[in-house]
Amino acid sequence: MKTIKYTDIVNKTKELALEANFNLPKDVYNALLEAKEKETSPLGKSVIEIVLKNARVAKEEQLAICQDTGVVVVFAEIGQDVRIEGGLLADAINEGVRQAYEEGYLRKSVISDPVERINTADNTPAVIHFSLVEGDQLHLTLAPKGFGSENMSRLKMFKPTDDIELIKNFIVDTVVEAGGNPCPPIIMGIGLGGTMEKAGLLAKKALFRKIGSKHPKKHLAELEEELLILINKTGVGPQGFGGSQTALAVFIEEFPTHIAGLPVAVNLNCHAARHAEAIL
Amino acid sequence: MQKLATPLSDVTFLRAGDLVSISGIIYTARDVAHKRLIHLINNGEPLPFDLDGAIIYYVGPCPAKPGRPIGSAGPTTSSRMDVLTAPLLKQGLKGMIGKGGRSAEVITAIKKHGAVYFAAVGGAGALISQHIKDSEIIAYPELGTEAIRRLVVEDFPVIVAIDSMGNNLYEHGPMT
Repeated sequence: MKTIKYTDIVNKTKELALEANFNLPKDVYNALLEAKEKETSPLGKSVIEIVLKNARVAKEEQLAICQDTGVVVVFAEIGQDVRIEGGLLADAINEGVRQAYEEGYLRKSVISDPVERINTADNTPAVIHFSLVEGDQLHLTLAPKGFGSENMSRLKMFKPTDDIELIKNFIVDTVVEAGGNPCPPIIMGIGLGGTMEKAGLLAKKALFRKIGSKHPKKHLAELEEELLILINKTGVGPQGFGGSQTALAVFIEEFPTHIAGLPVAVNLNCHAARHAEAIL
Repeated sequence: MQKLATPLSDVTFLRAGDLVSISGIIYTARDVAHKRLIHLINNGEPLPFDLDGAIIYYVGPCPAKPGRPIGSAGPTTSSRMDVLTAPLLKQGLKGMIGKGGRSAEVITAIKKHGAVYFAAVGGAGALISQHIKDSEIIAYPELGTEAIRRLVVEDFPVIVAIDSMGNNLYEHGPMT
C-alpha cells in the first residue's frame, strides 16, 4: 500500500495543466514539421509555418498556445494499492486546475449548467475519467480540450451487418463536413465498439496516443493507415484552405461489443493537441 | 500583402486568398454578445459601438499577463455566429474575422452589402496577440472573455476567406 498526499496531487495537476497549455508536445511539433514539408499547397505550407512559430512563441513567453484553453479532461488511473490522504482525488484534481487557470492567466471557459450557462470563473470542474488498475501508482493524463474541434465530433450506432466501407465513409465525411472549423491539420481519435458512452471514451483516449505509434492489432493498424490516406486525399488542408495535410494522425481504440451493434465515435483534436502526463 | 486601416470603406477590390494586414480599431464579439447586439437592433436601441465600416473579431481572449494588453487571442469558429450576422451587415458592419466557412445566408449578405470575411489562423493565439497593442472592455463586462472589447491592432495578419463577390476560399481555393 502506498500513500499519496492530496496536496501532491493538487501540485502535480497544476503543473500538468500549465505545461499542457504552454508547451506543445514534441511528437505533435515534429509531426507538424513533417506536414509542412509534405504540404502541396503554398498557402497550406505557410499556415503550418505560422502554427509552428506560434508554438515556439507560446513556449518562450509562457503564453497559452491557443486562447481556447478548453475543458480540462483528465484520465486518472489509480493503482489498487494506492491510498489517498487528505481529501478526495477529484477535489485535488479540480483544485490543481483552479490554481493553474488563475495563476497561468488561462481562459475560463466552463459554465456551471448547460441551460443557465453561468461561468464558474475558475475553469472547473474538470471532466475526470477514473479507472482502477494494478499497482501502487497514480497515473494522470491531462488534456485541455478545445471546443472548435470537440463541436465537430460525431457518434453513430452502426448495424453489425454494415460494410466497413460505410464506417470509413462516416469517418471521412466527419472531417469533410467539419472543414476548417476544427483547425486542421487535426488528430483523430476513433472509438470502435463497446456501448454508446464507451465508444466516446475510447475515441477521446485515442487522441493522446503518441504520434507515430501503431495499433497493436494488424487489421486496425492497417485501418488507421488507410483512413489517414483517405482523409488527406479530401483536400480540406490546413485551416480548411485546401491542401494535402488535413490530418496528422488517426488513432483507433476498440472494445468488445454486442452482437446487435457497432458504435463508432469520432473525436477530433485541433493541431494544438495539448496534453501532459505524470506518474505519482 | 494588402494593408488596410479601420474604419473600412470600399473593400470590393479584395479577393479570396489575398493576404491582408489590418491596423486600427477592431471590436470583439462572439455568441452571447451577438445575441445582445441583435436584441438592441430589434428594439431600436443604441449599440455600444458604431458598426459603420467596423470590423468584428470573433474571439474570446485569455486574460492578460502583467505588462501585456491581452492574452492569447486567436479566432473562434465563425459559423456559430451565422444566424446573427446579416442584421449587423445591414447596419454597416464591413468586415468579420474568424475561422471556418460561413452559411449561404451570410455569403448572400456579404455580397449585398459589399463586405468581407477574413480568416485568421486558428490555434495561433499566442502569435496573433502580439499584434494587439491595446484592449478595453466597452460592453458586457459580466460576460468575462465574451465581453465586447475595443482592440487596437497593428499589422494584424488575416486572409480574405469570402470576398464581396462571394468568392469563397473554403470552396474554391485562392483566387490569386
